[in-house]
Amino acid sequence: MDARKKKRKVLLMGKSGSGKSSMRSIIFSNYVAKDVRRLGATIDVEHSHVKFMGNLTLNLWDCGGQDAFMETYLASQRGNIFSDVAVLIYVFDIESREVDRDLDTYNAIIQALREFSPNAYVFCLVHKMDLIQAEHRQRIYEERSALIRSRSEHFRIDTFGSSIWDQSLYKAWAGIVHKLIPNLTVIERFLSAFAKKIDAEEVILFERSTFLTVTSVSSEVGDLNPVYDRHERLSNIMKAFKHCAARNTLTTPASAGFVVMHTKTPQFNIFLGRFTDNTYIFLVVPPGEAAYNCAVLNTMLAREGFSKAAASGRSDGFPLPPPETPEDAVANGVAAHG
Amino acid sequence: MAFPHVRRTRSMDFNKKGRLSNPCLLHRSKSSKTVAQLSLENILQGTTNTAVSGHSRVILEPSVKPRDAKPRLLLMGLRRSFMDFQVWDFPGQLEYLEPSFDLEDIFGSLGALVWVIDAQDDYLDSVARLNRTILTVQQYYPGINVEVFIHKVDGLSEEYRHDAYQDIVQRITDELNDAGYENAPVHFYLTSIYDYSVFEAFSKVIQKLIPNLSTLENLITTLGNNCGFEKTYLFDVLSKIYIASDTRPVDMAAYEMCSDYIDVIVDISELYSWDHPLRKHKGEQMQEAESHVVLHDETMLHLMEMNKYLCLVSVIRNPEAREKKGLIDMNCRTFQEALNDVFSRSWEREEEHATE
Repeated sequence: MDARKKKRKVLLMGKSGSGKSSMRSIIFSNYVAKDVRRLGATIDVEHSHVKFMGNLTLNLWDCGGQDAFMETYLASQRGNIFSDVAVLIYVFDIESREVDRDLDTYNAIIQALREFSPNAYVFCLVHKMDLIQAEHRQRIYEERSALIRSRSEHFRIDTFGSSIWDQSLYKAWAGIVHKLIPNLTVIERFLSAFAKKIDAEEVILFERSTFLTVTSVSSEVGDLNPVYDRHERLSNIMKAFKHCAARNTLTTPASAGFVVMHTKTPQFNIFLGRFTDNTYIFLVVPPGEAAYNCAVLNTMLAREGFSKAAASGRSDGFPLPPPETPEDAVANGVAAHG
Repeated sequence: MAFPHVRRTRSMDFNKKGRLSNPCLLHRSKSSKTVAQLSLENILQGTTNTAVSGHSRVILEPSVKPRDAKPRLLLMGLRRSFMDFQVWDFPGQLEYLEPSFDLEDIFGSLGALVWVIDAQDDYLDSVARLNRTILTVQQYYPGINVEVFIHKVDGLSEEYRHDAYQDIVQRITDELNDAGYENAPVHFYLTSIYDYSVFEAFSKVIQKLIPNLSTLENLITTLGNNCGFEKTYLFDVLSKIYIASDTRPVDMAAYEMCSDYIDVIVDISELYSWDHPLRKHKGEQMQEAESHVVLHDETMLHLMEMNKYLCLVSVIRNPEAREKKGLIDMNCRTFQEALNDVFSRSWEREEEHATE
């Protein structure tokens, strides 16, 4: 059991004031963007355990970014900080005036990482993109990420432009957690089989507490949707509403949430409901009352399939670690047929 | 705005869903902001300008007048909203009581005059100016509602807020009484843009101009009692002003949740209301949108589109009512018919007038 409960060390680094703690608070601690100005500077390393998808615990090390701290990370603390790292998230401030120096520091970090955890994933967020005029954003972002890539040694890195003021933050973090979920292919295989069965245009799985997109599948028709950033926007919309619900029912955002949401319009029908303990499922199906009700019923049945799987020894519906046996595929198949 | 959230830039009308013929409405443009947004911005502009002591806004009844040479600012004609209101936003420093302004042009066919007072500033000038305005206008147009927004109260402590309110009310009513003008139709509201009070206040202003308000309120109260609704609002989707509600006490939490729930549905509609020949229907369904959500504490929010402009949103806490979703839907449909009856009459009358 313990072996499955893997703790994955995630380092969050970057220059002082680049926005590391702000984004951590928004994504994992239910802050809203305007609240983060209350945050002070991070001193040394703040450790936090973030539960994601229930059984995936991220061991998040928020590393204060002042030069003095950076030096100790690279010198006396080197082994302690950089060993067993699963993911390094490095945050660049787009407005920084010392780009070369930032890149030098980044390169030093990367060298240390190569020494102690050569297999870590590296994500670079080019943050505070909202400060750049919209028409220049793409160009400046591309220039900056090319520079970053050139200093990343052998690591294959992913870069995202982000801002806490819009959905791009959700996009970046959804990209990060997507890489961290160990049995994603199983989940995706199940979802696409399920989407086909109920004839859905799109099926999205959201993580419960963060409302980040875990994964999604869409049909051929659903792929034609012109709104390419819809998943991040959904995260943003639903999280904003969660805050509103918490405020008005006098509870904390962490304990607020939705049991179920049905929406029927002449253009589409949407069902949002709890799927496993830690996920919401979001179905988009074409209009048609009867077809919609069938899809909802099927979702409920599939959910039962999952909870049975959970009861028979797997900690959550989604089996961890990645399946080596064909049973998992069969179990998922049954759920889809149900 | 301090918080440029995606929601704030939304421009999509909830009722379109592809039935819409005018494609430009699907794109974001400055002109398609909601009334409330514009109102807020203008309140901000007016009150941050130090030269402005009193900043007035005028809401006019229909009929677009041709622009003439006189300086005035026409904010917007809400052609796409539920009622054809024109909102005129007056620069505070404008001395419109001077003879060079045509009073008839400004105040004729006026429904309500909204006067915004900055409660954080020295308001004596503004109050004096307001009194002058009321006394002048009242001579010629006694039917105008004067609505005083005591604004920016978020910066004041609870106690001081109350004092300021009392003081302003006292000064205005005393002055009007001295001038021999008693029981004037002047109403006061404490407002702030950092909560929903300004929406609430505008809702009340608009409601006074709606001809069938009591009929609507009765209908909604009956519906609410029969369906076990805790609180029900009839919203103008675009502005999120409610044009009628049941007669239960004001419940800001319910208003806030209902209004944000409309946002959710509008925003989601924006993501999934795209047209493509391959998108096929799979059967019969009602033409109006319907949505409900159950929250963590078992509260249910129920939303139903009524017509192009209006939707009915209710808060349901009664566990028995939640079980009877079918009945609730049916009752809401019945209400919808009644509502459209009420309005079709007044619209027919207007059309008759227009054709005469």
